[in-house]
Amino acid sequence: MEYYLSLFVRSVFVENMALAFFLGMCTFLAISKKIGAAVGLGIAVIVVQVITVPINNLLYTYVLADGALAWAGLPDVDLSFLGLLTYIGVIAAIVQILEMFLDRYVPVLYNALGVFLPLITVNCAILGGSLFMVERHYNFAESVVYGAGSGVGWALAITALAGIREKMKYSDVPEGLRGLGITFIIVGLMSLGFMSFGGIDL
Amino acid sequence: MGLRRTLDRLEPHFLKGGKWHGWYPLYEAIDTILYRPASVTKTTAHVRDGIDLKRIMITVWLCTFPAMFYGMYNIGFQANTIMAEMGLTAVEGWRGAVLGGMAGYDPDRIWDCLWHGAAYFVPIYAVVFVVGSFWEVLFAIKRGHEVNEGFFVTSVLFALICPPDLPLWQAALGISFGVVIGKEVFGGTGKNFLNPALAGRAFLFFAYPADLSGDAVWTVVDGYTGATALAVAAQEGLPTLQSQLTWLDAFFGNMHGSIGETSTLAILLGGVVLLVTGIASWRIVFGVMAGMVVTSLLLNLIGSETNPMFAMPWYWHLVLGGFAFGMIFMATDPVSAAMTEVGKLWFGALIGFMVVVIRVLNPAFPEGMMLSILFANLFAPLIDHAVMRANIKRRLARG
Repeated sequence: MEYYLSLFVRSVFVENMALAFFLGMCTFLAISKKIGAAVGLGIAVIVVQVITVPINNLLYTYVLADGALAWAGLPDVDLSFLGLLTYIGVIAAIVQILEMFLDRYVPVLYNALGVFLPLITVNCAILGGSLFMVERHYNFAESVVYGAGSGVGWALAITALAGIREKMKYSDVPEGLRGLGITFIIVGLMSLGFMSFGGIDL
Repeated sequence: MGLRRTLDRLEPHFLKGGKWHGWYPLYEAIDTILYRPASVTKTTAHVRDGIDLKRIMITVWLCTFPAMFYGMYNIGFQANTIMAEMGLTAVEGWRGAVLGGMAGYDPDRIWDCLWHGAAYFVPIYAVVFVVGSFWEVLFAIKRGHEVNEGFFVTSVLFALICPPDLPLWQAALGISFGVVIGKEVFGGTGKNFLNPALAGRAFLFFAYPADLSGDAVWTVVDGYTGATALAVAAQEGLPTLQSQLTWLDAFFGNMHGSIGETSTLAILLGGVVLLVTGIASWRIVFGVMAGMVVTSLLLNLIGSETNPMFAMPWYWHLVLGGFAFGMIFMATDPVSAAMTEVGKLWFGALIGFMVVVIRVLNPAFPEGMMLSILFANLFAPLIDHAVMRANIKRRLARG
């Protein structure tokens, strides 16, 4: 239990997807003008991450990894070169299914998430989560915890950024820096603040 | 009143159409530092209060003086003590030449220690002040906003959290980052979201980790090394630390450290003035203190076999490292802290919690005050947002 807790904390803070690895930057910068929208997107990322990382983990362990097809009588087959293609396909499919499912059965949540769900198909934090999972040889339980943790970390970062950007309404940024320019500077300064976790070995 | 008349005579040159029109912010800054501005509110409804931005800033600046002078004395005292142990009789270079004429190197004489420390602190402060005001004035002139006294505070706070042996070019680099990236790109005083002095210090911390990590002591004598109090506590445990340093020593500040952070007593002296005048929010200070006490008590309860920092009681956390300085002078920065009253308590508690967590659980950094304040700065707008949402909800429910 303690091990999973520390894995969770590490993936939220120490290895924060947005502020330590700078993944998922496009949506991170684009949908962080309002706190409400940022929270919606953050929740969508958590949901998708919790579903896709474990599924990709199962796919990797039982189909793609070197020798994974031994249960089908093919111990010499190594399909890991199909990894990237498979993960992104799985993510796109799951986002699509999730969207249809929510539209049919949970319309409130569907309306709340709105356009964000299809958007995160191409969010590199999601793909990054699956690739890190493979690289670090997580088992199924670990991949569930890691998916949740990395999603929560990304959501936390985008919500904090949205808070700062809402406060920035009162600022007076030099013209050439307005918009994306100052946002990049803010994100840099934020990751300076998140450096406080760097080096924690849980 | 000759000065007033000179300023008045010069004023037309700085107004629109005058030959030095571009330099108006500089004129305005000098004028308002020397004299009370004559402009008054003209509309009907307004709040009348004796305290303005200028008075706030000057008060904070004056409140750092106990810590500043004790810091200078302490640098000199530590250096002179080490020199007496190592058998050195004089320092080399220009400092030796200056000091030789004015004072000796006797650790028991306050005068000698103060001068020796001043020979290190004054150059750092001067460089920080000059470089920082250069950026401040440059931005003010180019962007047409006013230069204000906020910079007095930023520069003195930055100088006080530097190690005494900091190379001057690093001091210049740090304050440049703090003022330009930490504050001016957002439009100047009151518009930034990170504490500019801490942003500059954090930049130095990560850019030159070998010099500034806080593992080894910062002392101005060449060739002397030792571990800082927090590093000793982290590696060897509190009993070892207590054999080298009593709690009262740490409270009065008889130890190595950054210039202004060593004496908790001197910092609290300034802190009392800030709290009584209401310039520093007591809610933030209380929150930081409460967060630190609760977290350290919790960790004391949990305990650990391998990590001696778990056992460190809260009153040691208070006197070691930059905790007191950060709590009084850095966390209470009204711009980068939370703005709502309830939010200030949460903001403070987050700092107190984070500082203990970093000190105890993060082996990479022995000290965590700077980073935990920066971290809490990031979440201050969110805390305010949550408090405001809760208020709106409560009022709606009330009907």
